[in-house]
Amino acid sequence: MSLTGNTMNFSTDNDPAIKEFNTTKLLKNARKQAEDRNYKDFFICDVDSHHYETEALPEILQYMDDPVMRHLGLSAGNVGRAGLIPQAIGSQDMAGRVTRYAGRNKEVVPEKPHRDITLTRRWMDAMGVDMACLFPTPMLLLATHPQVEVEVAMARAYNRWLCERILEEDKRIVSMVYLPMNEPHEAEKMIDEFAEKKGVVGFLSTGYLKRPVHDSVNMRIYAKLEEHGMPLGFHAAYHWADTSLAQLNKFISVHALGFSFCNIIHMTNWVLNGMPERFPKLNTMWIESGLAWVPFLMQRLDNEYMMRTSDAPLLKKKPSDYMREMFYSSQPIELVDNKEALEVTFKMMNAESQLLYSSDYPHWDMDLPSTIHDIPFLDETAKRNILGGNAQKLFNLDPVMSEWKLEARKQG
Amino acid sequence: MPEKLLCASSDLSDTTVKICEVDGVEIGIIRHNGDVVAYKNVCPHQGGPVCEGLRMPRVCVEFDDQQRALQQNFDESEMHFVCPWHGWEFKMETGEAVGDPKIRLKRYKVTERDGEVYVEI
Ligand code: FES
Repeated sequence: MSLTGNTMNFSTDNDPAIKEFNTTKLLKNARKQAEDRNYKDFFICDVDSHHYETEALPEILQYMDDPVMRHLGLSAGNVGRAGLIPQAIGSQDMAGRVTRYAGRNKEVVPEKPHRDITLTRRWMDAMGVDMACLFPTPMLLLATHPQVEVEVAMARAYNRWLCERILEEDKRIVSMVYLPMNEPHEAEKMIDEFAEKKGVVGFLSTGYLKRPVHDSVNMRIYAKLEEHGMPLGFHAAYHWADTSLAQLNKFISVHALGFSFCNIIHMTNWVLNGMPERFPKLNTMWIESGLAWVPFLMQRLDNEYMMRTSDAPLLKKKPSDYMREMFYSSQPIELVDNKEALEVTFKMMNAESQLLYSSDYPHWDMDLPSTIHDIPFLDETAKRNILGGNAQKLFNLDPVMSEWKLEARKQG
Repeated sequence: MPEKLLCASSDLSDTTVKICEVDGVEIGIIRHNGDVVAYKNVCPHQGGPVCEGLRMPRVCVEFDDQQRALQQNFDESEMHFVCPWHGWEFKMETGEAVGDPKIRLKRYKVTERDGEVYVEI
């Protein structure tokens, strides 16, 4: 049998776009935007950004209590995460077209500070972001791990590592730390262990959960978050194995629907089971589902609620009235030929006070601050709120401006 | 429109985009199908360095006579710039966005003379 050689390799490691990869260089046009738009006068907080925690897996595993599980992770080698973190089928990098995926591990950084801090600061400084809420990447699917004890152990080790190695070291980086919702009593312990740690501004529920968010076993989690005054984030994820998405044959399809669908399910359960009435002081933020799903769901739920109030007896107002009091991250903001729809969406969700800018960097569909700054119908106050002010309030932040902005301000 | 010297003809290749800066504007320039094409290195999407990504052929689908998809293929007669920030693709020949031809890269007129390449800017 003779095989034809694969001559069609359009994204080799030798391509200059990948070989000489550097975040600051890749984002030089972002830095120009930041300077042209005078971001030095804006406090910008990015509420959803990422790093690739599995690249630091051997370090993270040092924080894991269970020696057998730790051994399992280390035995798979430095990049091995088989057995600990579910791997997703998909092509986030579009077969190499989004070059930062292939380039990332070639980027040269100084020995100190931690590599993840340097890489994070590089994109923050390029985009004009002053503070960033940092989340993991592969662990967004950790909740789908069939062994709940692995989820708990990984979550605890990761949270400890993140607090000690990253958040302690850089006051511009904060996080809503991982909450293993599939094991509620462990989630409660996690809140006690991490709520007061430096840089922890909330807790994060990720993607597809084994039980619905309104399950009674979760109530003490929400009560505890309320006690600590900590917001709860729902970070969307796609999961191709989800039966409702299983007929979709392309990554674009499962990504476009899955990331909204995931939060549509949680939000529907959250509102119709009266969670905002049961935990009125608990703030929630809905992350990475875009914005278009919000008016869709408000209209669908309100319409049915008015006919079937008996199905949702805990509600004292329309579903959309509750949704309007919640918080939303902005990315991936739908911006193609939809100006009128976007304006209506902003109005319907009270974006001026409820929307928080997010980049999702370094993921393929990241958004720059200009996606908010350049929206023509927003006034100056709305822009400032969405780009940083709303995050400052929700997270109770002490704003830390980036060094280059402080320097630029001095120079006038 | 004034002409500015961009680079030497010998700097151009048909495999690597050369990035030159003229009056504070970055321009990506490459030989393509016997022509020289030059575009502003700023993507109409969110401003990425569109000329500095990969160059990829159009992806097409081959059908049998009953419209059943047989396989996908690359059509190398239509090469694209792929913006490295989010993957928007633009036809190298015209600068049109593959997803919507109304959106285009800013193109510059270039001429080669006496071993030098000039751009109208
Ligand atoms: S900036 Fe070019 S694809 Fe987004």
